[in-house]
Amino acid sequence: MSAVSETGLASRAAAHASLVAARRLRPAEIAFWLMPIAGYFLFPDRLALLSEIAILGLFALSLDILLGFAGIVSLGHAAFFGLGAYTAGILGKYGWTEPLSGLAIAALVAGAVGFITSFLVLRGNDLTRLMVTLGVSLMLAEAANRLGWLTGGADGLTGVMIGPVFGVFEFDIFGVTAYWYAVGVLFVLFCLARYLASSVFGLTLRGIKGNSLRMAAIGAPVNLNLVTAYTIGAAYAGVAGGLLAQTTQFASLDVLEFQRSAEVLLVLLIGGSGYLYGGLIGAVLFKLMHDLLSDLTPQYWQFWLGILLVVLVLSSREGVRGLYLRVAARFARSRHPGRKGGAA
Amino acid sequence: MLTVLFDGVAYGMLLFILSCGLSVTLGMMNFVNLAHGAFAMIGGYATAQLMNEAGVPFLACLPVAFLIAAVLGLVLERTLYVRLYRKSHLDQVLFSIGLAFVAMSTMDYFFGAQQRLITLPDFLRGQFEVFGARIGVYRLFLIILCGLITIALQLFVSRTRIGSQLRAAVDDARVAGGLGINVSRIFAGTFAFGSGLAGLGGALGLDLLGVDPVFPIKYMIYFLIVVTVGGTRSMVGPFIAALIIGVADVAGKYYVPQVGAFVIYTVMVVILMIRPEGLMGRRATR
Amino acid sequence: MNAIASPGVAGSTALAAEGLVKHFNGITATDNVSLTLPRGARHALIGPNGAGKTTLINLLTGVLKPSAGRILLAGEDVTTASAQQRVQRGLARTFQINQLYAELTPLETLVMAIMQRRGNLMRWWQPVTRQREACDEAVALLERLGLGSVMAERTSTLAYGKRRLLEVALALACQPQVLLLDEPAAGVPHGERDEILETISELPRDVTLVLIEHDMEMVFRFAERISVLVSGALAMEGTPEEVAASPLVREVYLGGAHATATAAHARKGA
Repeated sequence: MSAVSETGLASRAAAHASLVAARRLRPAEIAFWLMPIAGYFLFPDRLALLSEIAILGLFALSLDILLGFAGIVSLGHAAFFGLGAYTAGILGKYGWTEPLSGLAIAALVAGAVGFITSFLVLRGNDLTRLMVTLGVSLMLAEAANRLGWLTGGADGLTGVMIGPVFGVFEFDIFGVTAYWYAVGVLFVLFCLARYLASSVFGLTLRGIKGNSLRMAAIGAPVNLNLVTAYTIGAAYAGVAGGLLAQTTQFASLDVLEFQRSAEVLLVLLIGGSGYLYGGLIGAVLFKLMHDLLSDLTPQYWQFWLGILLVVLVLSSREGVRGLYLRVAARFARSRHPGRKGGAA
Repeated sequence: MLTVLFDGVAYGMLLFILSCGLSVTLGMMNFVNLAHGAFAMIGGYATAQLMNEAGVPFLACLPVAFLIAAVLGLVLERTLYVRLYRKSHLDQVLFSIGLAFVAMSTMDYFFGAQQRLITLPDFLRGQFEVFGARIGVYRLFLIILCGLITIALQLFVSRTRIGSQLRAAVDDARVAGGLGINVSRIFAGTFAFGSGLAGLGGALGLDLLGVDPVFPIKYMIYFLIVVTVGGTRSMVGPFIAALIIGVADVAGKYYVPQVGAFVIYTVMVVILMIRPEGLMGRRATR
Repeated sequence: MNAIASPGVAGSTALAAEGLVKHFNGITATDNVSLTLPRGARHALIGPNGAGKTTLINLLTGVLKPSAGRILLAGEDVTTASAQQRVQRGLARTFQINQLYAELTPLETLVMAIMQRRGNLMRWWQPVTRQREACDEAVALLERLGLGSVMAERTSTLAYGKRRLLEVALALACQPQVLLLDEPAAGVPHGERDEILETISELPRDVTLVLIEHDMEMVFRFAERISVLVSGALAMEGTPEEVAASPLVREVYLGGAHATATAAHARKGA
């Protein structure tokens, strides 16, 4: 390789620079992560809502790993959320009160179930995947309902005790610790997801989503990558569920309900999938809307939820993707300075 | 034992009427309509209201339930569903969930959250014994009526001109269009008819299932299972599937009540494991 | 059944098919096809539409499993190997209709493919930007195929001819021993075909090339041997001259004297 021409070197450098530009930290991202800090000071009496936003955001992020990156559709993602919630809750109830290890176990349990079921899910086409994910989540919901001695059944899991975070920060009645705990976990897991998205694995997932036929033809282990993505997505959802159980010290059957799976799809639909921030943005908008509209009645809320789903699907010319592009266009200036304008 | 079998068959027949519209839209038109149960709910509410508030006889309510659901199906198909035939399954799922949510909360708003029941007319009540099995008159009525509808459906699809046009349109919409078949009208008509049958099913099922605002979600999985297990070209597949599910569910609840609906979900997941492409086995030809 | 097996020549045979049969619902799409490609062969596969060329490719690459017969890659039986395993053993293909990644840039596409080939699990979790070697290799390949100037643009925005070249580059990123080119110039305007043909003919001699093509001019300029597929079966195999002269081939496919002239012309030019 001694005879590399100068133009060759230059184009290599340019090539490398173009790869680097694609994953550079953008100012808008920093601004985005200042929002939770601002939220704390602006709405000190709404911390419970803000914590819920962070948890929903993490849940939507976990679905984004499946849907936005790996292209796996799921109609039963609540299964993993609920598994995480019950795991963390049951641990807390029976004496394992250290929160971070509780979350880790919740992630492990959800991830393990995700790993096992991924083989069922990945065998079929989109429609079969929707049915299998739905079926698995309904089975789990029914199991939680029947195993009343363990889960509390329809009454919910009460008596959950959670120790202080890092052994120092006790969960307080104002929800200050809960808020920073949820936001902190979200931030760490988001950074990990962002790192994964920029890795060879992340690139491979984008390739599989873009053209799985060709991925197989260039010798990529397509299913192995999808299994990994599904497992990671399930583990993330487990952490989100665990966070909910720990911060509210409660878990009930609705963590496994079909409505929750549908809800998180809507959140991702609102925010747009495939660029990691969609779930978080969607969670903020969704919860704010929920807060405004359910001041009326819960029944009304489901009505508006339905209207929103119908309108969103009908209005975006290419469905989720079209919406994403429009959302992307709206945020284009701040989010993608290099892509369209040409960084070179 | 025989009683359980008999009840299961009656329940299965009802399930078939409820879900055969979905088996056409999903299994044949390749459209995932999770709001299918909403049409059944509308039919159920229409019947309950007519009987309880206006004193209309039960049998007279049945065609009304069918018509209301069918007209609603036609309107929605022409205005909304038609835009989604070409979209992804995920879009169809989200859209129809949205529609179901709207329908559910609307019913909740007007009729409240509690379950609606009806009192059957005297001649459909009671039971008698044959060979040691207790035969409910209404369940016998269900079996006979649903059986007749099933036979009529099968004859309609396989013998009539419209039926063959439907099969052609489903096989390949483009070719069928080239043959001068008005595909969109066929689809609209089929959708409306399927919705109408769901409405009729909702009315017929009032005595067994009742009707409440969560009906579409509560029974969605049953409809999906019927189509998943039997989703073939003819009416025969879903029919057999519905009978199996009906008997399995009734037997499951009778003999192992502690397991509950678990049986049904397991059946569905296992079948999808064995036949992952079962539902869409025909998709490759498109 | 058929026994044109090639004992003893495993070392020099890059790809061999023995008595391949494929039935679809009672239709025989591939009918007892046997092929032997020595290392470095420049082989063309021709045949009218519906002759079963695509099915044969899908059998060779492992997308379909044959109803009967064997496939040998460098002497090893790969009949039951998955498509992925065959790629790892050096069998790559291009597609008649572009199978690319609209959202990725050509550079990202190739880096991804190169990383699949290397299959390094440790590197799997590292950022793409850390894969300098893969990046350099991708750049070299892109420049060789004249894609250097567009390597950082989204594939969906590239001109069709460039995407066609990327299709070839992507297969080359797998470093194949045997490369199946499924109508590489399909849809490319006549003037730009030379660029693709040149790229192909400049490939190293130890790579075995199989060209599936409709454009007879290209076939005769490129191929040293030609197999003619008719109704799923091998109608004949021979040099371009033999094929062009064959009355059978002329009848079923080439459509008369024109082809002979083209072949002669092409040979002279080459």
